[in-house]
Amino acid sequence: MTVEFVADLHIHTCLSPCAELSMTPRDIVEKAASLGINIIAVCDHNSAENVSVTRDLGRERGIYVIAGMEINSSEEVHVLGLFGDLKDVFQMQEVIYENLQPGENDEDAFGMQVIVNETNEVMGFNKRLLIGSTNLSVNRVVDLIHSFDGLAVASHIDRDGYGIIGQLGFIPPEVGFDALEISSRMGPEEARSSFAPYRHLSWVSSSDAHRLEDIGKRTTRLVMRHATFEELQLALRGAGGRKVWF
Amino acid sequence: MKLVDLVEHLSLEVKTPGADLTREVTGGYVSDMLSDVIANAKAGSVWVTFQSHLNIVAVASLKGISGIILVKNRVPDEDTLKKASQENIPIMTSSLPAFELAGRLYTLGLR
Repeated sequence: MTVEFVADLHIHTCLSPCAELSMTPRDIVEKAASLGINIIAVCDHNSAENVSVTRDLGRERGIYVIAGMEINSSEEVHVLGLFGDLKDVFQMQEVIYENLQPGENDEDAFGMQVIVNETNEVMGFNKRLLIGSTNLSVNRVVDLIHSFDGLAVASHIDRDGYGIIGQLGFIPPEVGFDALEISSRMGPEEARSSFAPYRHLSWVSSSDAHRLEDIGKRTTRLVMRHATFEELQLALRGAGGRKVWF
Repeated sequence: MKLVDLVEHLSLEVKTPGADLTREVTGGYVSDMLSDVIANAKAGSVWVTFQSHLNIVAVASLKGISGIILVKNRVPDEDTLKKASQENIPIMTSSLPAFELAGRLYTLGLR
């Protein structure tokens, strides 16, 4: 039997330099719970260091937290990597760190990159240049995500900046995305007419929240059996009557 | 002006052996966003960019670009070069950054 889950699959925490400091794992989970969201994905820029704590908090509140990252490719295309297991996202993170543009984060220019615990206490600051790009092509990023059993989603394809169509003109047919993300700036009808050539792929739409008030601004409905990563994989393929829509 | 003149005057390195460098160049365009090139570049232009993804070949082909110059010694992906040879799109590299290279092209008379 399938159930319709409400998902917001692209949320930044205070680890992302551009996100507000109020985006702590605890407050994100509380906000999502108050909105009736069942599944969220934590996707910070080029890092996953707040994923584990968010996942623990989510479990307490009955929210399934997908371990994610928003990776910046060498073409400055944003790609979401979504993973079922923490070990997978951390392996991905290791590769990203090895290939991230060198340099230290300038907090005045880009913002703080805060690692926090369950009770909103600051555990440390990530010093890397998380806002930067990796030297991995978008093709390579997607292959790496798949090698760690993850799902690759092209971020906000309707946005010129950092969206794959803006940067690369069209979605390279040889890149095996599992889904495309439409941002909350574009309505479903407009998306269907603007991106008609890409209807063969699954589409999701998420808030890309950088502030608490943006969580759930856009959600995707996942019609599947349970709130698990395996079910999400099946739903994106439309297997066994499962569906994904927004 | 032909591509071969640009190669000579600007010491460009030709990355696609056998590419047709006798092509006429009638203008230039500088952009790293391929959507912008699709929308605005004119046929016959030489395209100056830092992007090396495979998609640059398809965009150049679509727009009738004479040739692509990658700046700052950007190394094109293997796939990009293979596709460029198939599509007969010459790819060259320059050690100069885009700003300087565009200035040199302008000085050579391209408009």
